[in-house]
Amino acid sequence: MKFVCLGYADESKLEKMSKEELSALVEECLSYDDELRRNGHFAGGEALKSAKDAVTLRMRGGKVDVTDGPFAETKEQIGGILLLEAKDLNQAIAIMSKHPGVKFGPFEIRPADEEFMKMIEARIQKTAVKQG
Amino acid sequence: MGAKSSPGKIKSAVDELYRTQSCRIFATLVRVIGDFDLAEEALHDAFAVAIDKWSTDGVPANPMAWLVSTGRFKAIDTIRRRARFNSKIEESLGDLTEPTTEIEDFDEETFKDDLLRLIFTCCHPALSPNAQIALTLREICGLTTEEIASAFLSTPVTIAQRIVRAKSKIRDAKIPYEVPEREALPERLDSVLSVIYLVFNEGYSASSGSQAIRTELTGKAIHLGRMLLKLLPDAEVMGLLALMLLHESRRSARIDNEGNLILLEDQNRSLWDRAKIAEGTQLVQQAIATQEFGVYTIQAAISSVHARAATVEETDWGEIVAGYDLLMQAEPSSIIELNRAVAVAMRDGPESGLHIIDAILERGDLAEYHLAHAARADLNRRLGRKADAETAYQLALSLAKQEPERRFLERRLRELNK
Repeated sequence: MKFVCLGYADESKLEKMSKEELSALVEECLSYDDELRRNGHFAGGEALKSAKDAVTLRMRGGKVDVTDGPFAETKEQIGGILLLEAKDLNQAIAIMSKHPGVKFGPFEIRPADEEFMKMIEARIQKTAVKQG
Repeated sequence: MGAKSSPGKIKSAVDELYRTQSCRIFATLVRVIGDFDLAEEALHDAFAVAIDKWSTDGVPANPMAWLVSTGRFKAIDTIRRRARFNSKIEESLGDLTEPTTEIEDFDEETFKDDLLRLIFTCCHPALSPNAQIALTLREICGLTTEEIASAFLSTPVTIAQRIVRAKSKIRDAKIPYEVPEREALPERLDSVLSVIYLVFNEGYSASSGSQAIRTELTGKAIHLGRMLLKLLPDAEVMGLLALMLLHESRRSARIDNEGNLILLEDQNRSLWDRAKIAEGTQLVQQAIATQEFGVYTIQAAISSVHARAATVEETDWGEIVAGYDLLMQAEPSSIIELNRAVAVAMRDGPESGLHIIDAILERGDLAEYHLAHAARADLNRRLGRKADAETAYQLALSLAKQEPERRFLERRLRELNK
């Protein structure tokens, strides 16, 4: 089963860390990700740049409004996304509890919507067949 | 077994089985069928068939295995019937039609494991504490949504929705029906103990309203504690059960005929339930002997010091303060500090206790906690400081929500001014 893990962090806290502290923590996270790859639990992921570099699109008055910054002005912002392959929620919790990223900030874990993914797969197959 | 008996005898045998074993059968059915609601239907269907079939064929050699097996077949029928209207449902039949265990394999171990699975799943931290409580009371203790609603001052509709959402969450968040791995066990056990204790406390003292005690809930909590102890002989399970038994032992002495609260020091100790005290004390000793005890055990140990004192004067306050010292080390909190201060006052005099409580309030903690002000009031009263006592009682009264506690504080105020 796939689980989407959203890693949050308080950027102001990160800015206060020394370069050494920060790179040590990043190294821990990368090592753990390597371990997850070896064990077949890593199904994908992406590190995100600062929330300051974000742009938000929103419908306002019938038009798409583009604003500078993240969707919500919260203390903690998304810093990374990890797609986890685990047999159930308990295993996902066990794996992510040990992820050094949890020292950066909270992880939100949500199961991927398998039904929806299957439907998308089917659509992709259909279009592939059409074109093929 | 297998002898034909009168229908009346069969019905009472089935009723007895339902009363004592339906929980375990349900737990196994949830695993076998993979769905709470279907398992509940299957359970009732199976018992209905039992009353019918056993009247003619007699009680089977392994009645519980028979009921599980029958329940499973009934669930398959139900799913097939519904599949006629929705082909996706047929998919969920998958594992169900493949019997993974033979009837003979449904033994004591299987039922124990399944019951543990049920308890740990209902108390999963992915569910909110309120959802855990509602689910546990409904699926394990068999309370109706009406009973749960009345106990927690909610409405049946709210409780029913909460339970439906909890079951959906279990399904949609992919919470597996399993006993946690050894690594995760201590924390997950904490969740379970917390649910049991919340249920007990709700029964022991309502958070608001005129009825202070709900006997049914404390009974259910103790029953859960006993059930868990048989499945998991862990020190803190012993500690929690001991704590609940020791609290419960004072039930008859705690409230007078008019529903007024009687403090520990004023209680008629001849009304204390000595059997519960004996059992609780023994559990405390067993728990402490394991050297792996925690906060429930320590609290129970403190309670047992009170329980063995024949009169309030004979209470070993030194030992109680020592217990609170341990508790403060394990889980420091302002409330524990407060309770310790009250014990210190008993050991060293009201002034020393007051000192500690004032320090707590000065740093901004417990300002809204009525018992902090009630304790201050009481200590001031003992020191003869009437004005200070009165102010503190008034403050406590403004913050107290429970009827018996309010009446108690009002009475103290009246006594001050006599």
